[in-house]
Amino acid sequence: MEQQKEDDGYMNKKAESITRMIDIPYGLDHSKKRYPVRGFTRDKLVEMILMLSAAIFILAIIVISIFIFARGVPLIYKVGISDFLLATEWNPTKGMFGIATMFVGTLAVTMVSLLWAVPLGVATAIFMAELAPAKIGRLLGRLVELLAGIPSVVYGFFGLIVIVPFIRENLGGSGLSVMAGAVILGIMILPTIINISRDAIVAVPLEYKEGSLALGATHYQSIARVILPAARSGIITAVILGMGRAIGETMAVVMVTGNSTIIPNSIISPVRTMTSNIVLEMGYASGDHQSALFATGVVLFIFTVILNLIVNLSLKAGKNYASN
Amino acid sequence: MRATKNGDKILTGLFWLMALVIVGILFSIITYIAVRGLPGISLDFIMQPPSRAGKEGGISTTIVSTLYLTAVALLLAVPLGVAAAVYLEEYSKANSKFAWVVNLTAETLSGVPSIIFGLFGFVFFVIFLGLGWSIISGGLTLAIMILPTITRTAQEAILSVPREYRENSLALGASKWQTVYRVVIPPALPGIVTGIILSIGRAIGETAAIILTAGSSLNMPLSLSDPARTMSVHLYILAMEGISMERAFATACLIIILIIIINYLATLSLKGLAATK
Repeated sequence: MEQQKEDDGYMNKKAESITRMIDIPYGLDHSKKRYPVRGFTRDKLVEMILMLSAAIFILAIIVISIFIFARGVPLIYKVGISDFLLATEWNPTKGMFGIATMFVGTLAVTMVSLLWAVPLGVATAIFMAELAPAKIGRLLGRLVELLAGIPSVVYGFFGLIVIVPFIRENLGGSGLSVMAGAVILGIMILPTIINISRDAIVAVPLEYKEGSLALGATHYQSIARVILPAARSGIITAVILGMGRAIGETMAVVMVTGNSTIIPNSIISPVRTMTSNIVLEMGYASGDHQSALFATGVVLFIFTVILNLIVNLSLKAGKNYASN
Repeated sequence: MRATKNGDKILTGLFWLMALVIVGILFSIITYIAVRGLPGISLDFIMQPPSRAGKEGGISTTIVSTLYLTAVALLLAVPLGVAAAVYLEEYSKANSKFAWVVNLTAETLSGVPSIIFGLFGFVFFVIFLGLGWSIISGGLTLAIMILPTITRTAQEAILSVPREYRENSLALGASKWQTVYRVVIPPALPGIVTGIILSIGRAIGETAAIILTAGSSLNMPLSLSDPARTMSVHLYILAMEGISMERAFATACLIIILIIIINYLATLSLKGLAATK
């Protein structure tokens, strides 16, 4: 140990002067010569530990899948896969477990939120990347980070206190509705859409824009015909990840959508999403009822994993291909 | 030609308007909650335990629970997450299948909804491992949830360290680990810290997963095996059960203040990263 310390001290002192004088070719590893045995084993041991840490991710996703599926899938088979997905009757006390209303609920709230958050988010991304002065762009970036940092339960609370009464007074109904959920969810997915779209737009090679401008196109023509098409896969990624976030969001939605297990017939009709169903009933559910909530989780899990795989396997792979 | 120019002006105006809408949304949420919540925040509110299910008293136990849970999650996730990042960026080969799978699962994990982590934490930690609704169950669940953030930000920070640093260190006879530990990690530290700070924000705000794994007891948690109610869970219960809107506002306001501080610290830390380059 003593020897080790001395050596390190020596190295620190010398490091600066030597690196300034010469370029040492990469891969010339003297350590193996100096500590033929100890250096080797310690480095290998460290590498093993680090590798095991990295393997945690694989382990986590496997264990999570096993436990969620083991609790949920048997019930789906018991009820019947089509009954579980397509029946509109959710009545745990009578043993009726159909999640169609919640499936539609999730879909409705998500789609309406995307309807307004995607155009606004992408436009803001264009503004930040192409139009805003650098200072404004940076400031906006920080505000968007803050928007992303606010917890969903705070959004839900704001929705419950402000958005729900507003809808009740202006559109009718109780206010607890698809609309309230979509407004709040839209705000929550804005940061995802803005950040990823902006990164995609910024990543478009400058030559594309210069070429377009040199050909006589205006800045806006360049944005619409050259930059946006080039950033397309990134923007699609942004929308899909935003959608994933909307589908999985729980606390904000449960506080503002009313949670009735009915198929919504209008934008002001109350709905229950799949996530809400789990958090509302998990506290007291047992037996088949609890399994049915896990089964709801299975559907949710499969959906979000598929969305993520689309992004990571197809869209991002495509982007890398283009940049090579 | 002129028509295009006028059209461009209108378009520019529209884009500015969109950006203003985003700013407006953020500020209206923050000011609304601040105006209604700030008057409720006092030293007593922070220091006193809640009574009558939160209708009276303060929120001291929920603050302690939040800190406790966050600390447990960080203690587990930071070493693991940073180690994983070091492995992926410094040790794995360029075409390593293992690294590819790890990156993919990390991305997937970060897209999994928090309620799923809640279900998993409930069935695995609470039931299967018999840890019950407790700080440790909640902390473990939270640790898995923040791992991807910590690893990804650490990866980015490590990537931004110039290749020459490593080459010089190795050329001077340092071993791989010496190089990583003494040459690569120090300049990457601000970026790693930023990831940790952002994870704290996530830990404070997390509700769905915590409610299923740590429970909602208002008692002061004394040990890792005690159930606990965090500030976010408290806010949810106060608002949903209509216990006390005044206290819900104050709690929400306190959470927002914490998040603003955390975001500020994260930008400071990022500036540190920029300064070391």
